[in-house]
Amino acid sequence: MRKRLAGLTGLATLGAVAGWLVTAPQRLDASQVAQGPGNAAAGARLFHAGGCASCHAAKGAKGDDRLKLGGGAVLATKFGAFQPPNISPGPDGIGGWTLAQFDNAMRRGVSPDGRHYYPAFPYTSYARMTGQDVADLFAYLKSLPPVAGKPPETALAFPLNIRRGIGLWKRIHFDDLPMVTLPPDAPAAVRAGQYLVEGPGHCGECHTPRGPLGGVFRAGWLGGAPDAEGKGRVPNITPAKLTWSEAEIAEYLKTGFTPDYDSVGGTMVEVQANMAALPDEDRAAIAAYLKAVPAVK
Amino acid sequence: MMRAVLAAVLATAVILPATMATAGPIEDRKAIMKGNGRDTKLAGDMLKGAVPFDAAAANKILANYAAAAKAFPAHFPANSKTGGETEAAPAIWDKPADWKAATAKFQADTAAAAAMKPADAASFAKAFGMVTANCKSCHEAFRIKKG
Repeated sequence: MRKRLAGLTGLATLGAVAGWLVTAPQRLDASQVAQGPGNAAAGARLFHAGGCASCHAAKGAKGDDRLKLGGGAVLATKFGAFQPPNISPGPDGIGGWTLAQFDNAMRRGVSPDGRHYYPAFPYTSYARMTGQDVADLFAYLKSLPPVAGKPPETALAFPLNIRRGIGLWKRIHFDDLPMVTLPPDAPAAVRAGQYLVEGPGHCGECHTPRGPLGGVFRAGWLGGAPDAEGKGRVPNITPAKLTWSEAEIAEYLKTGFTPDYDSVGGTMVEVQANMAALPDEDRAAIAAYLKAVPAVK
Repeated sequence: MMRAVLAAVLATAVILPATMATAGPIEDRKAIMKGNGRDTKLAGDMLKGAVPFDAAAANKILANYAAAAKAFPAHFPANSKTGGETEAAPAIWDKPADWKAATAKFQADTAAAAAMKPADAASFAKAFGMVTANCKSCHEAFRIKKG
C-alpha cells in the first residue's frame, strides 16, 4: 500500500515536471534572434503593415496620436477581455527592452520576464517575419514618443488566467511555417504578398475560422469567420468569394472603396487606413497573393 | 371634371414615389444607400477620368447626397433594429448621442459640399472628398457587414 502510494506520488511528480517542461516558454535560439542595428525608416512600413497602432494607440486616435502607443481599447472576445499594453519607448513601455527581448515577444510570444503572451497579440503571425524586419520595426518604435502610464494587465477567468497553459496551446497551434505552399514558379509579387499577409499583416487572425481552442483552422485559411467581438462576419477573402481583380483589391486597400463604391466598414476601417500607408507595390503584392491562395468554399 | 381628374393624376404622380418608398424603414434606408453608391461610382469614374467631367452631373451628385443625408436618420425607428438583412449596428440605438453626431456631421458636410457648386474636376474632388470622408467613419461604428 505504502509502495503504491509512493509510486503514485512519484508519477504525479513526474507528470508535474513533464507538464512544467512542456509548457515552458521557448525563446529564439541565439542563431535565430534578430541582430541590430535596425533601420527606423524601413520599420515605418512594418509598423503600418502590422497595424500596431490599431490596438496599441488610443481608440479613435487620428494623425500623430496614432504614434502614441500607450495601450489601446480592450479586445472583448469570448475568451475574455484582452488589454493591449503600452509599447511606447518609455519606462512604462518597451523603453528598457533589448532587441532580443523584443524579438522573443514578436516571434515567440515570450515576455522579457519569461511569461507567455496571450495570442490576442498576433505573434502567431509575426513569427513569420524576418529578423531584419523585426529589428527595423524595433528601431522605428524606439523613435516614437514615449507615453506614461500602464494600462491594467489582462485578467482572464480561470483557467485562462494560468499563463503556463498557453505553453500547451502553443505546442498545438503555434509554428512559423507558411500557411500556403506556393508553387516553385510563383511570381515574386505573390511571394511578397504571402510574406505581408501571413506575417506582419496577420490578415488570417480575423479572416480565418478558429477551432474550439482558438487556434487558426489551416484548411479554412482566409475563408472568413465570425467576428471575434461578435459583430457580424469577417468575409471570405479567398478566390471563392473575393472575385475582384488584383487592381480592384489594391484600390480597395488604398481608398477603402469596393469596385461598386461601397465603403469599407467595421474594424477593417482601421486596417485599411494602415494599408493605405504602404507603398503601391505592397498593396499589389497582397492582391496578387489573395488571388493565388486556395479557394475556401 | 377633366380638371379634377388631372389634379388627381398629378397628385398620385407626386405621391406615388413617396408611398412606394415606404415599404419599410429598412428598405428605405437601403434604397438611400444604394443611391449613394450609384452617385459615388459616377463621381469616382469622373474623378479618375474614366468618364469626362460634367459639372451639371457633379453638382447633381452633391445635391443628391445632401438630400440623402437629410432624409437618412429618419429611417431608423426603434422597431427596425433587426430583420430584412439589415446591416445597421445596434450602436445606432445603443449610442444615440454618437449616432446623432455622426449623422449631423454627414448632413453638415454634404450641405457644405453642395454649396461649393464646383465648376471643375479639381474643386469637385475637394467637395466630394468632404462627402466621402463620412463613409468610413460612420460605417466603422454603425454598420455590420453580414457577408
